[in-house]
Amino acid sequence: MVRFENVGLRYGMGPEVLRDLTFRIEPHSFQFLTGPSGAGKTSLLRLLFLSLKPTRGLITQFGHDVATLSKDAVATLRRRIGIVFQDFRLLDHMSTYENVALPLRVMGRPEESYRDEVIELLNWVGLGERIWALPPVLSGGEKQRAAIARAVIARPQLLLADEPTGNVDPSLGQRLLRLFIELNKSGTSVVIATHDIALMDQYDARRLVLHDGRLHIYD
Amino acid sequence: MSEKSRSDFTPVPKVSAVPPMRYETPLVPRNSISGRALVAVVAIMTFLASLTTGGVILVSQAASAWQADVSREVTVQIIPAAGRDIEADVSKAASIVKNTAGVADVRAYSKQESEKLLEPWLGTGLTLDELPVPRLIVVKIASGAAPDLPQLRGVLQAQVPGAVLDDHRGFIERMRAMSGTAIAVGIGILLLMIAATVLSVTFATRGAMATNKTVIEVLHFVGAKNRFIAENFQRHFLLLGLEGGAFGGGAAIALFAIASFLSRWFGTTAGGEQTSALFGSFSIGLGGYAAVVVQVLLIAGVTAFTSRQTVNRTLEMID
Repeated sequence: MVRFENVGLRYGMGPEVLRDLTFRIEPHSFQFLTGPSGAGKTSLLRLLFLSLKPTRGLITQFGHDVATLSKDAVATLRRRIGIVFQDFRLLDHMSTYENVALPLRVMGRPEESYRDEVIELLNWVGLGERIWALPPVLSGGEKQRAAIARAVIARPQLLLADEPTGNVDPSLGQRLLRLFIELNKSGTSVVIATHDIALMDQYDARRLVLHDGRLHIYD
Repeated sequence: MSEKSRSDFTPVPKVSAVPPMRYETPLVPRNSISGRALVAVVAIMTFLASLTTGGVILVSQAASAWQADVSREVTVQIIPAAGRDIEADVSKAASIVKNTAGVADVRAYSKQESEKLLEPWLGTGLTLDELPVPRLIVVKIASGAAPDLPQLRGVLQAQVPGAVLDDHRGFIERMRAMSGTAIAVGIGILLLMIAATVLSVTFATRGAMATNKTVIEVLHFVGAKNRFIAENFQRHFLLLGLEGGAFGGGAAIALFAIASFLSRWFGTTAGGEQTSALFGSFSIGLGGYAAVVVQVLLIAGVTAFTSRQTVNRTLEMID
């Protein structure tokens, strides 16, 4: 599904923040991405999300060499990837329902065709009673769940989450982890970037550890 | 995602029914502070640009009207000479002029009328019989006609000694130069005004766009194509531009319509006649109103174009 070969990344003329990354993300797999602050987790997630291009090496996603893709092709490919941002990035002028439905809306699907689907997912993540609430009045946990729902509504083949439990209490963190596990069981490959050792200890999964820009893999 | 896997995630309070609510909020937020500020800037600049356009049109129309009025009239002056019958000379000159092609009307001022013309300078109650008061013949040229004035001048001089034809050429030349200068200055001011409008609307649009950076990013990250994002913003900002332009242009059109109505209303008073003589009817005409509408569309177009450029630049920075 995703293949990195000798990938390196530097910003401008600075030092390489990622060096010689070679790994694969297989279909239906689950992995944690971890490492100390500044190790390059967010940069790696951005490479996986196609919002950065490597300065060297080869990245293929879903069988495409990302270096050769047009902007429109990247946008189409990105629809197969869901991402949960650390700062949620919900649109404040839209209700929870509309934020979650956004990926389907930009695909050009009519609202009637996805209404039930979105409401079902909102119920599933425990936001059934907050459907019409605007993000500024949601709690941190509710925003987190709305962001996750938005990331998975289009049934992505790959889900990337940047510190998804960073803003929630341990019990909600456990619930969110269960949510990701359920998504993985339903066929989505999951990459969770986290510092949270306790979270990782709750589920036996592959660990990608970044240290000094290099990747160590513990299967 | 299977039904089974979803039902495994237990703690979900379900809603019984979907409340009827808005489903299609515009992707670009409406009624933001920056959006309202942009509408205000567009409205003010459109209003000022429309006033400038109207002003230039009024000056141009008034100058053309002055020229047309003066050039449609020539005067024949009969200077009394010893031993000649001035009444016969006036009558003969009037007859010659009347038979000239392109002349619409000839009016010879009588002796009393000619003396009356001097009253503002000499006062009333004077006997002017002893003075050689010249007599005037006012000749109206037919609309669109161009009589051969040099030939008429020659015929008059040959047949009526003392007859002088004045076609006001010197005055018209001075008038033409003055009105040409006024129109050129007006067009210069209008161009500066349009440039200032375009620049201020461009910067105001960029300011309004800055608050929408998150929207652009989120749309980009959920898989929206660049064209889709740009079109949404362009449409939104075109509407903002049209809204501001409609306020500003509408206010300018209303102002000109009221000024035109008032100038007609007070046109019969002495002050009104003077104002009308100087500035015309204060009506910018259909062409003027069309120019204001074109300006509104131009400014709305500038707003939309700037927003699209800003979206494209933002997307390039994200990638």
